[in-house]
Amino acid sequence: MTTENMDKQPSNTNNPSSSTDKQSSGMNKRSSAFEYAPAPESRAIVDIAPSYGLFVDGEFTEAADGKVFKTVSPSTEEVLSEVAQAGSEDVDRAVGAARKAFDKWSALPGSERAKYLFRIARIIQERSRELAVLETLDNGKPIRETRDADLPLVAAHFFYYAGWADKLDHAGFGAHPRPLGVAGQVIPWNFPLLMLAWKIAPALAAGNTVVLKPAETTPLSALFFADICRQAGLPRGVVNILPGYGDAGAAIVAHPDVDKVAFTGSTAVGKEIARTVAGTRKKLTLELGGKGANIVFDDAPIDQAVEGIVTGIFFNQGQVCCAGSRLLVQESIHDELLESLKRRLSTLRLGDPLDKNTDIGAINSPEQLARITALAERGEAEGAERWSPACELPSAGYWFAPTLFTNVTQAHTIARDEIFGPVLSVLTFRTPEEAVAKANNTPYGLSAGIWTEKGSRILAVAGKLRAGVIWSNTFNKFDPTSPFGGYKESGFGREGGRHGLEAYLDV
Amino acid sequence: MSDKPKNTEKAEPRRLSVFKTYKLYVGGKFPRSESGRVYEVTDPKGNWLANAPLSSRKDARDAVVAARKAFGAWSGATAYNRGQVLYRVAEMLEGRKEQFVHEVADAEGLSKPKATAQVDAAIDRWVWYAGWTDKIAQVVGGGNPVAGPFFNLSSPEPTGVVAVLAPQESSFLGLVSVIAPVIATGNTAVVIASERSPLPALSLGEVLATSDVPGGVVNVLSGRTAEIAAPLAAHQDVNAIDLAGADDVLAKELEIAAADNLKRVLRPQPVDNADGVDWFATPGIERMTAFLETKTVWHPTGSLGASGSSY
Repeated sequence: MTTENMDKQPSNTNNPSSSTDKQSSGMNKRSSAFEYAPAPESRAIVDIAPSYGLFVDGEFTEAADGKVFKTVSPSTEEVLSEVAQAGSEDVDRAVGAARKAFDKWSALPGSERAKYLFRIARIIQERSRELAVLETLDNGKPIRETRDADLPLVAAHFFYYAGWADKLDHAGFGAHPRPLGVAGQVIPWNFPLLMLAWKIAPALAAGNTVVLKPAETTPLSALFFADICRQAGLPRGVVNILPGYGDAGAAIVAHPDVDKVAFTGSTAVGKEIARTVAGTRKKLTLELGGKGANIVFDDAPIDQAVEGIVTGIFFNQGQVCCAGSRLLVQESIHDELLESLKRRLSTLRLGDPLDKNTDIGAINSPEQLARITALAERGEAEGAERWSPACELPSAGYWFAPTLFTNVTQAHTIARDEIFGPVLSVLTFRTPEEAVAKANNTPYGLSAGIWTEKGSRILAVAGKLRAGVIWSNTFNKFDPTSPFGGYKESGFGREGGRHGLEAYLDV
Repeated sequence: MSDKPKNTEKAEPRRLSVFKTYKLYVGGKFPRSESGRVYEVTDPKGNWLANAPLSSRKDARDAVVAARKAFGAWSGATAYNRGQVLYRVAEMLEGRKEQFVHEVADAEGLSKPKATAQVDAAIDRWVWYAGWTDKIAQVVGGGNPVAGPFFNLSSPEPTGVVAVLAPQESSFLGLVSVIAPVIATGNTAVVIASERSPLPALSLGEVLATSDVPGGVVNVLSGRTAEIAAPLAAHQDVNAIDLAGADDVLAKELEIAAADNLKRVLRPQPVDNADGVDWFATPGIERMTAFLETKTVWHPTGSLGASGSSY
């Protein structure tokens, strides 16, 4: 696959319309000219035990049926640890523990709950490097991202919601808003600890107790978080962590003593969850898939836009629900932009996620790699033109080279289905109206990007896009104060900000 | 058609009164059901009041098309404009108050003073929501102090086309209490009138048609709630559903169907007394926020950063 793509590259660089010969020849030498010495982050900072239990009622315990599963480092296929696998009996026990803890926890003065959350935020900051390395090992994403994005955001999220715990009366949900009770939370593998923070911080601040299931491929950071809860002296049962598979998630969602369900993951599972809670009083928030449009107008600063496109689709190997996976380029700048984009992609470094210079890490699991591979093949089969930079893939682990498709139409599968990988589909448009129509032509509505120097165009287009988060002249920015969530089949409810409290209050 | 069994003819024995043909209100027009079906509407004592259209699945789908068509302009209208239109509805209702008092009294078997209280409260509810149109955005939206050089603004936006199952018991006050919040924020609505008492809802269509409410913003269907609601709950171009008028069994069925395109679902209000929902109570903002999305827009400010300014 990569050899074939390498073959295509020279014809692009020799394109007569390319801006300068200098850049082109520089690029040809690129692979040798920019060799960096390895700069791996030490993994000695993290001590992974050979096995972990479930975290229920303040204790690590085995699963009731004794089942365990292995968690693997996606970049090396090394088994990192063996983890207890929760079943329905364990879900029962965890929900019971959370229920028991709820009365006391919700009755605590908000200022006391706040202090627990502030403690957690601070301990996360203290152990930030350890957790970043752990997350990189278990997830496969570059240390540059876990260190500079995931972990700072995790700590910030707890710090932010800590402050809300004693100010709920002023949050705009009436005086003395009540918590819901036990929150059942199921999170994905793409941002394991960050998604945990998005779920647990507002839940606890509002006075709920939680049962959380991390994804089966990334259970470790949630279990380390359990240890942080113990260090923080969090009362038993307030946070329960149940590593496991989809059956455990389904059991949490269906459990009659769960008052609130929060899920981040695929749209298909989200719909199944919505059916499960139908007819109950369970409050539901869903943060699901996306097929974000990144719209580049002809007046956009090309270099900035290229950076934004790269951030939009190659951040976390594109395994991001809000990824800008559809690039909509104004026709007049298509060639120029694609040339710059390809040049930039050729400088991305794929490899050891622990290396501080790595831009593209490993795909999280063989299943995900197979899905990405199949969809990319489908793109080719349907007639889109595939391109990847010269890129050597490590022999062990799960890897996929950054890939872009041109000549993509709206009818192509790769323009409609969420790929959840480092694959960009490039489409063109002529007028702003066409851009908006194409951007909105999806059942999803999570994110979108707009690149233009014209302020009124940004605001007009932003107003017409049916998506929950619009990044203009930037992309993939996150902040605990900023509500995040989708329109249409990207789910409902918001996480982050004052809005994020609503999901955990009886309002 | 049988003689109307009510009193009017006693007073004017020599003049035969003119009955009204009750029709649907769809896309600003007053069609009969495409099925040609009607059903008998009676007062609580079983006296015949009128024949109402018995809407079909096709009527429901036509109403969705009308509501979708109206969504762009209505959601794009200024909040001030929507406020004035809603206020105009109150004005028009005030002028036709007697008609509605009469219809509500017949429909719900209420005394004239009790029916008057219902209609008064319904008119006042339009006024209440008219005032909300240009305030809700500031109450539920705003700037977010993100930790970086970015302008970051969250604004509420209407969800889209909302299917509304109007309350079964409160044929007018309940009806208005569920329609007004949906359209105040810029959504458009397909409303299923109370199955047993649809006449006030069908007459409301006549008021909306003369209140500057653009055609298609509110569409009113009468008939069997479960029959009309099923295709709406499953409709891929409906964005949300208000289950106020569904019983527990129907509500669960519809919520399951609604999951197929992840409609926003407002479940029936839990009732903790025998009299049902108290529609006289001043509403909160929940009926508006249930059908609002939050859109958050980021833009660099270029005003911070270690490397100095970049604007």
